[in-house]
Amino acid sequence: MIATHLPVLQVVVPLIAAPTCILLRGKNWAFMLALLATWAAFAMSCMLLARVLDDGVISYELGGWAAPWGIEYRIDLVNAYVLVIVSGISSAVIAYTRQSMLLEFVREREYLFYSSYLLCLTGLLGVTITGDAFNLFVFLEISSLSSYVLISLGPDRRALTAAYQYLVMGTIGATFIVIGVGLLYHATGTLNMVDLGARLPAAGYDRVVVAAFAFLTIGAALKLALFPLHLWLPNAYTYAPSSVSAFLAATATKVAVYILLRFFFTVFGAEFSFETLPTAVPLMVLAIIAMFAASTVAIFQVNVKRLLAYSSVAQIGYMILGLSLVTVGGLTATILHLFNHALMKGALFLVMGCVYYRLKSVHIDGFAGLGRRMPWTMAAFVAGGLSLIGVPLTAGFISKWQLVLAALDSGLWWIALLVVLSSLLAVVYVWRVVEKAYFEPPPAGHDKVEEAPLSMLIPTWTLVCANIYFGIDAELTVGVAQRAAVELFGGVQ
Amino acid sequence: MTPGDAILTAIFLPLVGAVFIVLLGSRPNLREAVTLGTAGLLFLTVVSLIPAVLAGDRPATEPFQAIPNFPLVFVVEPLGMVFATIASSLWILTSIYSIGYMRGNDEHNQTRFYVSFAIALSSTMGIAFSGNLFTLFVFYEVLTLSTYPLVTHHGDSAAKQGGRTYVGLLLSTSIGFLLVAILWTWVLTGTIDFTNGGILTGKVDGAMAAVLLFLYMYGIGKAALMPIHRWLPAAMVAPTPVSALLHAVAVVKAGVFCVVKVIVYIFGLDFLSETGANQWLIYMAAFTLLSASLIAMRKDNLKARLAYSTVSQLSYVILGAALATPLAAIGAGMHIAMHAFGKITLFFCAGAIYTALHKTEISDMRGIGRQMPITMAAFFIGALSVTGLPPLGGAWSKWYMMLGAAETGELLIVGVFIVSSLLNVAYLMPIVAAAFFQPDGDPAAQSVGAAAAPTGIKEAPLPCLIPLCLTALGCIALFFFADQIYAFLTPIAAKPG
Repeated sequence: MIATHLPVLQVVVPLIAAPTCILLRGKNWAFMLALLATWAAFAMSCMLLARVLDDGVISYELGGWAAPWGIEYRIDLVNAYVLVIVSGISSAVIAYTRQSMLLEFVREREYLFYSSYLLCLTGLLGVTITGDAFNLFVFLEISSLSSYVLISLGPDRRALTAAYQYLVMGTIGATFIVIGVGLLYHATGTLNMVDLGARLPAAGYDRVVVAAFAFLTIGAALKLALFPLHLWLPNAYTYAPSSVSAFLAATATKVAVYILLRFFFTVFGAEFSFETLPTAVPLMVLAIIAMFAASTVAIFQVNVKRLLAYSSVAQIGYMILGLSLVTVGGLTATILHLFNHALMKGALFLVMGCVYYRLKSVHIDGFAGLGRRMPWTMAAFVAGGLSLIGVPLTAGFISKWQLVLAALDSGLWWIALLVVLSSLLAVVYVWRVVEKAYFEPPPAGHDKVEEAPLSMLIPTWTLVCANIYFGIDAELTVGVAQRAAVELFGGVQ
Repeated sequence: MTPGDAILTAIFLPLVGAVFIVLLGSRPNLREAVTLGTAGLLFLTVVSLIPAVLAGDRPATEPFQAIPNFPLVFVVEPLGMVFATIASSLWILTSIYSIGYMRGNDEHNQTRFYVSFAIALSSTMGIAFSGNLFTLFVFYEVLTLSTYPLVTHHGDSAAKQGGRTYVGLLLSTSIGFLLVAILWTWVLTGTIDFTNGGILTGKVDGAMAAVLLFLYMYGIGKAALMPIHRWLPAAMVAPTPVSALLHAVAVVKAGVFCVVKVIVYIFGLDFLSETGANQWLIYMAAFTLLSASLIAMRKDNLKARLAYSTVSQLSYVILGAALATPLAAIGAGMHIAMHAFGKITLFFCAGAIYTALHKTEISDMRGIGRQMPITMAAFFIGALSVTGLPPLGGAWSKWYMMLGAAETGELLIVGVFIVSSLLNVAYLMPIVAAAFFQPDGDPAAQSVGAAAAPTGIKEAPLPCLIPLCLTALGCIALFFFADQIYAFLTPIAAKPG
């Protein structure tokens, strides 16, 4: 019974929990509920992934209305995988929020935070799970609006302008997406994405469809912060509360990449997206510029959170680069990096939260001497940083291995060289922080700085351990990513 | 214990030791006992694999598949066996030596030191037994990172700078070149297993092979081929035991070991000599060999001189492998062992001099032979072995490499070998001569006519002294056992099948 309704419960549980949090404003209830709902969502997504791996695609008709008329939740390997990423990271982050929020947010209004957190999670899960293009837009708006709220909760007043900036850019992106969806509806008369994929060839790829493609691509690129549409991201991640940065960096951009994949492959089909239209080359160029420009900018940041934010822009470049190769190998690398990057950026932003908790700042000068003062926190930073660089035995290495392999497989050896060269820039910006923390004496007045509380360290280290585990045994992650990539390509043949 | 288990034990034992070292951090005596015990057990484990390899077996184990198509595989073949035996046996001696040195100099953070050391040894074992390029790469990187805390042990700004050069060069070359080379090999051949006779035959033409070889040789930065040798002198900011084991044995030897392994098992000697892809490498290695010796002559800091001497000696191994004849390749394999014993003796002596007399500059070392006769005698033996004179181990490896060079008709290279040996004499022997034959004290004091006060014996503490005597004796013993090592290494040059 419950098993059959698992797909809808995946979204409904956090959705119901969100307003309930507001009702349970006393003491710890709101936090407990949010924690339970998020963990339940994680459990459900794992079950869904297991079922998809065993039995193949799951289709769920919302309210019993058959697709393509009703809304269909359609779970194949790709979105089952993304569901696990989103709910998994948010499970680690939610356990962390309570302690870190103590400092960054007014205790009395804490329940509002959990409520928006759950709404954002609902939106992200909904975008991922749905098989309906318009429904996707609706969920995207839910997640976006709640994420503006979350960002504006940042400790600094600049959080407000950052949230506003994101709001403007995000709204433009969402509007572009809804215009694209509308044009598609006009061309085919359907909103179900699989149905769209089946009907578009018959409807003919006229100018309307091409326009829809352009709107959707730009809209999704805005949401995923593809260079040069990334301008909202550094401020948003820098000024948001650390736990929110971790949550958004690890999930929101990943879901946006998923949207792009879904439209390129399932709706428009690889042939139209990449052969009829010259999409691959511009994407590749932008991805490479992102890799180098953003990493270079990251090197010169003095705010470490901002440094990580720019590194995110660079890492998104890797994902788009894999996609732009238009091979199963390249797509595997993209899907794999969704997962691995979520792990490393999640871990690193949580470290930022730990540091902020003790120092009230994440300016690089404050890191001096932290290797001694906060040994576990800084060890987590080193591990996450190594993963970001792509050192063996970390998840980042597996991603890079697959991406370079895919590039060489396509005969693009210069792409392979560019990938490894740009990852060397990561060595520079990670090492700047490491040297500061381990080689410089702490500034005066930092004598009382001590290790972050356990309730923050445990979630951080959970993600760090996941980084290491999936760097050693990557059979599961690479295997699923590979099958998902094949499925995306197979969907059009 | 099956051979497969023994391989895994060799890799995990130092890690288990590391855990105990951390746990016993507050009790130095127990902590050091764990280090010594782990080192002893590791040596026994490694040695237990020798009979199987001698019998022609290639014990192997595949613990798990890391990425689909790319498993972690461990295979014991003669070259790796030699490397693992040297590294594990010298770890015991270095551990004894470190205890004397670290306590004698009252160093801080000793627990971190021993932990990093153990992890470095674990990754060295991983490199030695790696059965494919993927495994090799994984442990190669772990070795770089686990030695970083050792190199920067002093924690001052010189250490930071040295560490930056160290990690920067080693990481950037391995990620920038080696990783690409490995994946390119996979794309070309569909395999990355080490195979007798190589895997590239018929898959690439000569020019491509030369490019690939370039990626490999500069990707393996630990082999210190010029111009990416800078990390090695930079790493000399480390405490001397680190320089001894890691930068005379484990790290640099891991570098040249990878070079020989790639040339022998990935390219194949015949393939290289037929395509001529090795030509550039021969000349580059010869250039490194000579110029590093010349630089060494101009260094007054003893450790810096030894560092450049190491750069030069590493190029012997690269050159031996690059000549791509069985004789020279086996000679290169032997030189890994011979040079390890010779160079570690020299580093031990440098550390002993520092511990006893706090001297680091060669110009200050006049006459110290009278204060430290045993140390300087050992230094003399080590220097002779590094130079390659009988009756010391280093003579044989150089002999075989020269034979190999003559065999290929590269007379210029034979000349390089001879000139370089003379240079070795020129930069090592003056240290010994000055120590024994020149009066000590500074010249200013001499000129005013103050009689040179007879100085008493002032050797380093016993834990420092014993290991360096043992390694010096090892240099002599290796001269007489060279035949066995030669026979042991012969299969590496065998044709497949």
